[in-house]
Amino acid sequence: MRTPIAYFLLLSAVLFTIGTVGVLVRRNALVIFMSIELQLNAVNLSLIAFSRHLGQVDGQVLAFFSMVVAAAEVVVGLAIIVSIFRRRVSANVDDVNLLRW
Amino acid sequence: MDLLVFWLVAPVSAGAGVLMLFQRNAVHAALLLILNQFTLAVFFVLLDAHFLAAVQVIVYAGAIMVLFLFVIMFLGVDRREALVETIRGQRPLAIGLAALLVAEVVAAVRLGVGTAGVALTPVQGDNVEAVARTLFTRYVFPFEVTSILLIVAAIAAIVLARRREPPAAPVPVAMRAAEPQREPVT
Amino acid sequence: MIDQIWLVPALPLGGAVALLVAGRRLRGVAGGLASLTVGLSFVVGLLILRDLLALPAESREVTRTLFDWIAVGALRAPVELRVDPLSLVMVLTVTGVGFLIHVYSMEYLHGDPRYPRYFAYLNLFVAAMLTLVLANNFVLLYVGWEGVGLCSYLLIAFWFERKAAADAGKKAFIVTRIGDTAMLLGIFLIFSTFGSVRFDDVFGAAGGLAPATATAISLLLLGGAVGKSAQLPLHTWLPDAMEGPTPVSALIHAATMVTAGVYLVVRAAPIFEASPVALGVVAVVGVVTALYAGLSAIGQDDLKRVLAYSTISQIGYMFLAAGVGAYAVAIFHLVAHAFFKALLFLTAGNVSHATDGEMNMMRLGGLAPRMPRTTAFFAVGALALAGIPIFAGFFSKDQILAAAYAGGFVLWLVGLIAVGLTGFYIARAFFLTFAGRPRHQAHPHEPPPLMNIPVLLLGVGTVAGGLLGLSAETGTIHGFLELGEAGHARGGLSELWLGVIATGVAVAGLALGWRVYISGRVDWQALRERYVALRRALARGLYVDDVYGRFVVLPAKATSAFSAFVVDQRVIDGAVNGLGRVFAGLARAGRRVQTGLVRSYAVAYLLGAVIVLLVVLGRT
Repeated sequence: MRTPIAYFLLLSAVLFTIGTVGVLVRRNALVIFMSIELQLNAVNLSLIAFSRHLGQVDGQVLAFFSMVVAAAEVVVGLAIIVSIFRRRVSANVDDVNLLRW
Repeated sequence: MDLLVFWLVAPVSAGAGVLMLFQRNAVHAALLLILNQFTLAVFFVLLDAHFLAAVQVIVYAGAIMVLFLFVIMFLGVDRREALVETIRGQRPLAIGLAALLVAEVVAAVRLGVGTAGVALTPVQGDNVEAVARTLFTRYVFPFEVTSILLIVAAIAAIVLARRREPPAAPVPVAMRAAEPQREPVT
Repeated sequence: MIDQIWLVPALPLGGAVALLVAGRRLRGVAGGLASLTVGLSFVVGLLILRDLLALPAESREVTRTLFDWIAVGALRAPVELRVDPLSLVMVLTVTGVGFLIHVYSMEYLHGDPRYPRYFAYLNLFVAAMLTLVLANNFVLLYVGWEGVGLCSYLLIAFWFERKAAADAGKKAFIVTRIGDTAMLLGIFLIFSTFGSVRFDDVFGAAGGLAPATATAISLLLLGGAVGKSAQLPLHTWLPDAMEGPTPVSALIHAATMVTAGVYLVVRAAPIFEASPVALGVVAVVGVVTALYAGLSAIGQDDLKRVLAYSTISQIGYMFLAAGVGAYAVAIFHLVAHAFFKALLFLTAGNVSHATDGEMNMMRLGGLAPRMPRTTAFFAVGALALAGIPIFAGFFSKDQILAAAYAGGFVLWLVGLIAVGLTGFYIARAFFLTFAGRPRHQAHPHEPPPLMNIPVLLLGVGTVAGGLLGLSAETGTIHGFLELGEAGHARGGLSELWLGVIATGVAVAGLALGWRVYISGRVDWQALRERYVALRRALARGLYVDDVYGRFVVLPAKATSAFSAFVVDQRVIDGAVNGLGRVFAGLARAGRRVQTGLVRSYAVAYLLGAVIVLLVVLGRT
């Protein structure tokens, strides 16, 4: 028997929420970044699940694009982290708080 | 068989995610994320997305996570993060809101597709071929745009992570004399 | 040439604009340019006079519309110039006397740091006055009226580094503004009554006016005239206006400003005629002012202030004449006065020029041997002012008194007393300034020729001006003006006797002045000490200014202070500042949200997402 689509969607939601919590509670910029990757993956999962549900490959194509964008984003994001680290010798996002009153 | 695989792999997937949150060492967190991404590749296979399963393993678990590890090493492996929260109310708020989010998605799924097993119509033909056909016909323009995006991102990474050269040394006097003189010395 | 009437105001206006724009570059020729424009205006005026005289007497009324100016609803106020004998007489007086004063100023103001600007204002002054007298509707007249007021402010306060001059300028502007407001209301009333502001429409319909309306309009217009012509009770600005350069005083008194009120009353005569009450008020205001200013002039120690009160008094005579219906006589006196008062002021300017600005007669005296020509010309002006035969002032004043006699015995009597006062105060001024022993250290000298020529010409005008109007019935100017007959002489004294009496009184006044101040039979300095209270009262113009200060200015100042320091600073500023403080407080609390911590923002973001999802779910 095929797994019902809803299962995948619920798992996707759970993974996404785990990623969200990670973003919110961790302070290491790298770990936060990984959590964001987890969120992206969760969304990819739901996209592919819907693609399967609707019998169209468009969802998979979208997931594919999402992966490409994620790759680009990781490259730039990591470069930013490295850049900040060079300047402040810290990967703690709470240390980067100049943008305030 | 299908459902069995799901129930076997799903806890691993979720567990890897949860554990990732509790790792003080970034390397451990990265490894757990890799595990999680492998499980996702399994789900992709279950959903007949063979091409994306391969991409997931090669690009995500492979290239991107290697990049992560590379940066972690670069910044220092032994750097450990204190897990004590400093922002007041951040943790309860985050978890509470996250719970709400899950609840909402569950409600949405119930309202929408429902949890009952539905006979899924498989995509016709080979998956890789189908994806390729769609990608290079209907989505050919976005596909080309992503190539530009990747180039821009690569350049951006180089610019951002480049080590700044120290300011150029003052021009020696001997070279300055070669410049055309504007005012005759009286 | 009548078609070129626009040149008359346009020439001085062009000069003013040129000098205001490029005064710095035209510095060397500013005086010459300004004089030239006014002189050319005078020439154009003369040519128009020739054309007008060529027309038959009953059609000597030409209007030329230059362009539409205001056309709103029923209100039509085109820029329309009116050429008739009255406006042309005014044009010739203004430009003729104005030209001589311009020429005189070229030398008098020589070396002043704001020399070009002075002439720009002077030209503008003349242009405004010409607009005033040439206008063919009340709105355009009002433009000239206010232009004159503005220029008087600019010129009286020309030496604004001196506080007294700046204050005098403000005073002239504000006091005349009181009258102007009344006049503006009068113009509104004219428009609402007649539905037009054009002279032809208004005066054509003035005959059928209800007496009450006619009185209201007349009195409001009179308010404006009283302010501009410095009549009681709005006369207080004129003595203070002596702070301006002396040629400016000459211009204001002789040609351009104070005569505007007389012109207005004469021009609006059809309306005044419709209201016997208003005419009576005009006559009474005139005669009371003549008497009051004559008295005040006696108490002045400053030569120019004597002349200022003298002007107020003489304008009073003109109002008196207009009030008894002798309009042509009023204008005749205006012209004659323009000559001899300009003469007096310019000779006073000579004195000021020679004595480094010393105008206090107590510190002058004995100038005659050093300045014989100036003395002679001042004497001519003084005799004309006193109304001694053969001088222009004799004929005009004589006719005014005759008309007043016809209008009422009391008017005549008071006017006669004022004649005596005139003789006395001008004799006093003359003897104290030019005769006796010198009471000063300066070495006076005659002015350069450029200042003498205008004085000479004005002197000739003063002597010969009487030829223009030898009598009220047959005078050249009276016939030309055609402003209706004065009231018929009532029984009693004949005109000849009236003239003899008036002359006798004037001579008596002069003789008294001679006896008190020069004959040595009276110790006038001891008299000053003995009657110090009386002297002070006269010197302060019977305390009119002080009364205004106490009962008008002080309350007004108190009200302004209350409004500025209590209403504005406490209430309004308080409200504004309070509002500001409320928002500042809100902002101070609100900015705490901006922690700069990315994770706090992320929580807020998640909160938003949760809420949005909740809303979407709630919808389905």
